[in-house]
Amino acid sequence: MRFLLVKNAKILSGLPGTLASVWRPATFPGQRIRWRTFSLYFNDHHDPSEPLFDKILIANRGEIACRIIKTCKTLGIKTVAVHSDVDSVSMHVAMADEAVCIGTAQTADSYLRWERIIQACKDTGAQAVHPGYGFLSENTDFAKHLEQEKITFVGPNSFAINALGDKIHSKELALKAKVNCIPGFKGEVKDADHCVQLAREIGYPVMVKASAGGGGKGMRIAWNDTEARDGYRLSQQEAKSSFADDRMLIEKYIEEPRHIEIQLLGDKHGNAVYLNERECSIQRRNQKVIEEAPSPFVDPDLRKKMGEQAVSLAKAVGYDSAGTIEFLVDKHKNFYFLEMNTRLQVEHPITESITGVDIVYHMLRSAKGYPLKMAQKDVQIQGWAFEARVYAEDPFKSFGLPSVGRLKVYKEPVNAEPLGKVPSSGYIRCDTGISEGSEISLYYDPMICKLITVGKDRQHALNLLTNALDNYVIRGVTHNIPLLRDIVTEEKFVKGDINTNYLPTVYPDGFKGKQLTQEERTVLGAVASCLFITDRLRERNFLNSTQGSAHSYDESTHKLHVKGADFEEALTVQHQQHAGKFIVGNNGNKYAVSDTINLAENVINITVSGKKYTLQLVSKDPVGRMELQFLGSVFPLNVYREDVYKYLHLMPEKKVADTSRFVLAPMPGMLKSIAVKEGDLVSEGMEVCVIEAMKMQNSLTAGVTGKVKKIHFKAGETVGDQDVLVEIE
Amino acid sequence: MYAMRVFLRPLQGLKSRSSAFNPLSCSARCQSTQVSPPPDSVAQTLSVRHQIDARRRQSLIGGGQKRIDTQHKKGKLTARERIHVLVDPGSFVEYDAFVEHTCVNFGMENEKYPGDSVVTGHGQINGRTVYIFSQDFTVFGGSLSSIHAKKICKIMDQAILVGAPVIGLNDSGGARIQEGVDSLAGYADIFQRNVLASGVVPQISLIMGPCAGGAVYSPALTDFTFMVRDTSYLFITGPDVVKQVTGEVVTQEELGGAKTHTTVSGVAHRAFDNDIDALLNVRSFFNFLPLSNTDAAPKRASVDPWERAVPSLDTVVPLQSTAAYNMLDVIGPIVDESDFFEIMPDYAKNIIVGFARMNGRTVGIVGNQPKVAAGCLDINASVKGARFVRFCDSFNIPLITFVDVPGFLPGTSQEYDGIIRHGAKILYAYAEATVPKITVITRKAYGGAYDVMSSKHLRGDINYAWPTAEVAVMGAKGAVAIIHRGSKDLAKAEADYVEAFGNPFPAANRGFIDDIIEPHTTRYRINRDLDLLQSKKSVNPWKKHGNIPL
Repeated sequence: MRFLLVKNAKILSGLPGTLASVWRPATFPGQRIRWRTFSLYFNDHHDPSEPLFDKILIANRGEIACRIIKTCKTLGIKTVAVHSDVDSVSMHVAMADEAVCIGTAQTADSYLRWERIIQACKDTGAQAVHPGYGFLSENTDFAKHLEQEKITFVGPNSFAINALGDKIHSKELALKAKVNCIPGFKGEVKDADHCVQLAREIGYPVMVKASAGGGGKGMRIAWNDTEARDGYRLSQQEAKSSFADDRMLIEKYIEEPRHIEIQLLGDKHGNAVYLNERECSIQRRNQKVIEEAPSPFVDPDLRKKMGEQAVSLAKAVGYDSAGTIEFLVDKHKNFYFLEMNTRLQVEHPITESITGVDIVYHMLRSAKGYPLKMAQKDVQIQGWAFEARVYAEDPFKSFGLPSVGRLKVYKEPVNAEPLGKVPSSGYIRCDTGISEGSEISLYYDPMICKLITVGKDRQHALNLLTNALDNYVIRGVTHNIPLLRDIVTEEKFVKGDINTNYLPTVYPDGFKGKQLTQEERTVLGAVASCLFITDRLRERNFLNSTQGSAHSYDESTHKLHVKGADFEEALTVQHQQHAGKFIVGNNGNKYAVSDTINLAENVINITVSGKKYTLQLVSKDPVGRMELQFLGSVFPLNVYREDVYKYLHLMPEKKVADTSRFVLAPMPGMLKSIAVKEGDLVSEGMEVCVIEAMKMQNSLTAGVTGKVKKIHFKAGETVGDQDVLVEIE
Repeated sequence: MYAMRVFLRPLQGLKSRSSAFNPLSCSARCQSTQVSPPPDSVAQTLSVRHQIDARRRQSLIGGGQKRIDTQHKKGKLTARERIHVLVDPGSFVEYDAFVEHTCVNFGMENEKYPGDSVVTGHGQINGRTVYIFSQDFTVFGGSLSSIHAKKICKIMDQAILVGAPVIGLNDSGGARIQEGVDSLAGYADIFQRNVLASGVVPQISLIMGPCAGGAVYSPALTDFTFMVRDTSYLFITGPDVVKQVTGEVVTQEELGGAKTHTTVSGVAHRAFDNDIDALLNVRSFFNFLPLSNTDAAPKRASVDPWERAVPSLDTVVPLQSTAAYNMLDVIGPIVDESDFFEIMPDYAKNIIVGFARMNGRTVGIVGNQPKVAAGCLDINASVKGARFVRFCDSFNIPLITFVDVPGFLPGTSQEYDGIIRHGAKILYAYAEATVPKITVITRKAYGGAYDVMSSKHLRGDINYAWPTAEVAVMGAKGAVAIIHRGSKDLAKAEADYVEAFGNPFPAANRGFIDDIIEPHTTRYRINRDLDLLQSKKSVNPWKKHGNIPL
């Protein structure tokens, strides 16, 4: 809302009078301002009278830039956004008071160009820089240069970043500070052979990872020598392109571990407190999917032990900002130090939600040199919070491969549940940097939103999350809501029985979409047929009809046939307009379905046999084809009149091309390398080429054994989703 | 099979009653009126009834079960099954089920089928009247006899009389060669009616099998031609004759299949996967159309809020004025429920035309497509646009035009093929149209193409510009090269030109644009304007007909 206002003002500056005549705030469905009647930060107090900064620059983009700007606004701090050219109309630019374009789309030419960012600070008079996460957040050179220019870096001191940001140093420091560590090799891995040798010494499985890495990039797990060798090579390449630092580490890989991390706050006066833990065990390829706080596994005793070790490490390096210490916790509640993230973390809002502390505010205060406002005893836990990361990615391909596109329709579920007057009745928080019409491009992280729900207890927060996911409308890009929605009602997850291998354990063959029970199938069929009839009745409802409607030949009981991917049902539907319902007959059973389908709405709230369901109408066409999103997954369905259905078997099957002989790009990206040439013989499973997208290297393998017939692209070229890269004879 | 139900019901009733009659009492009654009744008159009456019953039954199975099975094996429905899928259940009323062909040559007199090779009548689609003919391939390959033509002419005459659309389901091998010139006369009779009905009632052709030779001109004369993929063909002469005459070897599919006509020739307006898909789509398409030229555009109940804001439109036009975007991303979210029935989606893709609804009311949408050939107007796009605009104008359908056009496509190939006279068609069509005309310039409106695309000067009723609009004689580079010929500092001149003309002001200052609007308000404004323009009355000077440059 505010975003649009600002934007309008920009475009129309110089057009007096127009703004007023076109501005119609009441017409934004789902975008009404809902002022919270409580503060998110119930255990915190923004003191605007305490001098902080007049103006700060946010050296980041997307949701985190927006998140930081929000706190600055409440404090009356002016904000400067930096952006690449393609980000010129993005939300963070619109929210900030000023914006500076610092280069082109490639991050190496914009968000990583620290000299341009420093110049932007000088030009705009920004006194401090908040780096957010990623990009320059853990770059000590950047911090050093800022220091030279007398610009405050909102984050830990360079010494702490240096000491902790590097995984090798941090491990040594942790050992010194008496923090539990994982067995591994203390030092750099020299090359692939060294990697294999070390792996054998430590014992498989091992983890090969980039020293400078984070966020799952430049990391591989190896179970044997071949994988160790490959893992070393791929991770090193990734590290080189992502962090310009290809030093590699190796360590023991702990099976079935939980990923639990402690949020820290420190100041320049030697104080540090821990804001309890976050459980981030639901991961795919070492990237987090769903996080929660507190952890269902951590008891007060364990919390205290982990928290205190974290604080002792922080104090050992003079840590003076917000940071996170990641631990792996095994099932016996042994915990091992993993690494420390010396920055604001993606999932910080769940900690904020249960502790009522504004972490960004405290980073700003610490950077200014104020001592912490709180002592450990002031830190609370109130309620339970979940964060689901809504990504533009295809969850059906290895739990999520990035997708790109334009958000044609985008409605956050802010009104899914009424907000209460106090946080204890639950609320939904959407941290996002995009809006309807935004483009998800392959240049940046494909995150759409952090969907955070906060409830009285775990189940309450989980119910809110389930409901919010059902009401989240995203069209135009492939997204991971099907997977998220399936996890939040999965038995083990609901019980809190999770570890970092959760996804491959629960979905051993990969995620295949929601598997419907017979009852759910009946509901889906009933809703589809009622939707079809709603459409059909409306089709005849002409308001200015002149001819030919004297007799109506329509039936009172409609005989229909619903065809799904793996089921077929013959149904009858009666519309009882006066009673506001449909009666659906299926196999002799009758169901009452509420007459609440609005064909123009994306979300269908409907009652079937007294039970409430939320579905989404994704698409429909005049022929009776429709796609319904139900329990997170999208189901393609066909509804036919019975008298049309009886001819259906006569229609010829259309031929579908055989694609097993082709290696297709699973996502848009850049073709990094090609391992074969035309005429080579390849065997099934052999690496054919490597695609780089979203800074991840993905090895593509041959689906069949045969001879390479044609290679359609050259290394370095950009490829689109489903492009044929290599043909195999 | 439906028709069987309707027609047999009264018949069966009659039969049962007649069998219950006492033959004596009947003959007694007969005696009172006739002096000397033939002794077998009762039997005769009953026999006639049996014959009616038998012939009706025979007409319902067309060429017989064996041929029906063959038709099914080809993945095609029979003539009656198609009607059954197309119309509301129970609404079809058949004409001329008893006509038979009149040919006495080549032993044809011994092979007759009641109803001959076409099924005709009227029915309803969503409660609205439609006249239908459906050629029956199982009877003499659906070939056109003189009586076949007469049946079609009969329903077309009545359609014009009552003002209801005609849908033709074509599946015919061509002329009935045995009938010779009678068959040709039949074609011409149909053509004449196609022309007379043109602009009076909408005419839709659905090609569901072969349609070759002279037969192709009837669909060509109708307003919309749809084809079924893989089972329908349209050509003047088949591959065999082509090979004989020109030596060119070509398959049926390449010569006149659905792909050819929807992508290369522009003869057909859309193609569908199979018979059912095609018929159900036509059902839905029919709902956009008024029944005749005296009807207003239909207004259907709508649940999509008329004033709905569309935030995504604010970012749809890219920041660089040379970058492409998809005009369908503009049209989709503006119209009701994103329900857009695109006409010719695969032909001359640099222009988009099709039907949609705004607050329930049918509108015709025309939009340049920046994604294809920068959205320029070339010969094919002009012709495609012109024909659509004229259809809408004929049938009182308001026009909404989205403009992003860099101009007409230059070059020898276009000039040699007559871009001037073809481009004039779309100009003519817009200038002539008297229906409500609303125009939104989303970005470029350059040169003559600006004039053409429903500009104020061609009686555009409401003309809007988005903030990204640029109305100018030509792009900066070209303009500067002419204005500052020989000048050294062309870059600066170009920048100055962009500064002066790369915005909506020059047009807005002169009133050529009524307002500069925020994109997200577009739906709201168009709906308001359509209500306003409901009562628009605009009449062109009397003429027999205009002389559009053909």
